[in-house]
Amino acid sequence: MNSTGSKNGISLAVEVAGIRMKNPIMPASGTFGYGEEYAPYIDLDNLGAIVTKGLSLAPKAGNPTPRITETVSGMLNAIGLQNVGVDAFIEHKMPFLRELNTPVIANFFGNTLEEYGEVASRLDAIPELAGVELNISCPNVKKGGIVFGTDPKAAFEAVSTVRKRLSKPLIVKLTPNVTDITDIARAAEDAGADALSCINTITGMAIDVRRRRPRIANLTGGLSGPAIRPVAVRMVYQVVNAVSIPVIGVGGISTAEDALEFLIAGASAVQVGTANFVDPDAMQKVIDGLERFCLEEGVDDIRSLIGSLEVA
Amino acid sequence: MPNFKTRILANQEIAPGYWRMRIQAPGAVADCKPGQFLMFRVQLSLLPLLRRPFGIFRTGFQPSDVDGLPPVEYLEILYKIVGQGTAMMSELHQGDRVEILGPLGRGFSAGATGREKILVGGGIGLVPLFMLAQDLVEKNRVRLLMGGRTRDDIIAITEFERLGVETYTATEDGSLGEQGLVTDVLEAKLKEIGEADVFACGPMPMLQAVQKICARYEAPLQVSLEALMACGVGACLGCVVKGAGHSEQTPRYLCTCKEGPVFRAEQLDWDLMDATESSCEGCK
Repeated sequence: MNSTGSKNGISLAVEVAGIRMKNPIMPASGTFGYGEEYAPYIDLDNLGAIVTKGLSLAPKAGNPTPRITETVSGMLNAIGLQNVGVDAFIEHKMPFLRELNTPVIANFFGNTLEEYGEVASRLDAIPELAGVELNISCPNVKKGGIVFGTDPKAAFEAVSTVRKRLSKPLIVKLTPNVTDITDIARAAEDAGADALSCINTITGMAIDVRRRRPRIANLTGGLSGPAIRPVAVRMVYQVVNAVSIPVIGVGGISTAEDALEFLIAGASAVQVGTANFVDPDAMQKVIDGLERFCLEEGVDDIRSLIGSLEVA
Repeated sequence: MPNFKTRILANQEIAPGYWRMRIQAPGAVADCKPGQFLMFRVQLSLLPLLRRPFGIFRTGFQPSDVDGLPPVEYLEILYKIVGQGTAMMSELHQGDRVEILGPLGRGFSAGATGREKILVGGGIGLVPLFMLAQDLVEKNRVRLLMGGRTRDDIIAITEFERLGVETYTATEDGSLGEQGLVTDVLEAKLKEIGEADVFACGPMPMLQAVQKICARYEAPLQVSLEALMACGVGACLGCVVKGAGHSEQTPRYLCTCKEGPVFRAEQLDWDLMDATESSCEGCK
């Protein structure tokens, strides 16, 4: 595959928020470490982009254990955003990432507007970063713990705070745990987001009935995996129709067909999450499958599939 | 052999609820170190979704079933049926296709040559000790102390004996060996021989008791932990344990998959270890 993503006369290349990608496939934050963890299993240069584990201003230890449990066609996690912190990321993780021939997108979060702004500034100063992805699914500790991403006003404030400190492309990742995701999507767009990614995990809970205990120590966790895909496809479709900025589809993708659902619903690119845990080579299989699909369907540019849903 | 599709060579029940699976694995003999594990994909479908971690029991070569072809390299896992995934595994047959990611993680280190070695296994926790025993018997006197609730939990002992390992068993109901806990046997042995390196794998309450005894006798201890994990490669951060010096203010989490599954006892925070935490299906 060459740099334009063209092979067999088929172009898989897309551009999202000004970030050029060989193909529309990238990992979902938190399922791919800092890239290096998966280097033995997949050629990172074949990916459309790499999205890092969520970064915070200070290192974060994460939640007590057990942190994960398996559910039907999915998993619940409450890792607690354990990460090395933005400075250690720059010092220890960027040297590996900057050698790659793939755009790197740093995901980050905060618990106050100040934190969001500060991390944004530090990431903006890294020349080799193609862009950032802002996680607004966190509680604002200064405002009684309201989750930024569940309130249009709080979401607007978080995104505009970051926008002011950032010249790089800004992707905002939306939480599905809201009554109407399009309200939040519009607020993020109005505040200056260049693209949106949807969806983050869906809050869930699982109980060990013999021990009468929650299966994860945090009581509730984020549900991911194939189980959430129909919800994600629906929300992506709604958001695509509510905003004019590009949308990245995330949620339960493990095959090319899954990815195509999102593209046809209107997503400009997609992220593969839990499937990376199941099969470290999952994204390569999705990329190969997309190309096969295009060959079979006589599609020479994958962009022609984006938003191609026909509704009677 | 990082991630590969392969086939099952044999899958048999060896004791009630305990199974042995032999899997074709080119390169396994050279690649797998004592104490390492693998991630096993039960089916190439979504049920169950996640891979299961299993300690590698042994590796070797078996004659090919076709005349004139070279021997077939294999690895073996032993597993206990505790949930949906392991129940489905027990339904697999010779020739079935499976997917393996491994070997993974940090294994045991042998310790000082010549010093006596005591291996302590609880039930299915015996698994990662076999390849360690194979390495240790060449230059050391090796004892295996094996514990379980009943005689059904005492598995694969004769294979250790064939290596020249001295074995001692303890069952809680007295149906095999001494009646009582394997940790009582450990205490008696340490009292008797004074100095030894100890290697243990089993349920968390057993490991906690082993740790206390070893600390009392100043015996260097390595433990192999089990944990729920999704990826096995250090990305999901689901399998962390509390390291020495852990506190709310100075959290020190270690990844069981990447920094373990074998730890020196002093790397871990034993006071904060949750004895009821371990409820996974695999041995890791």
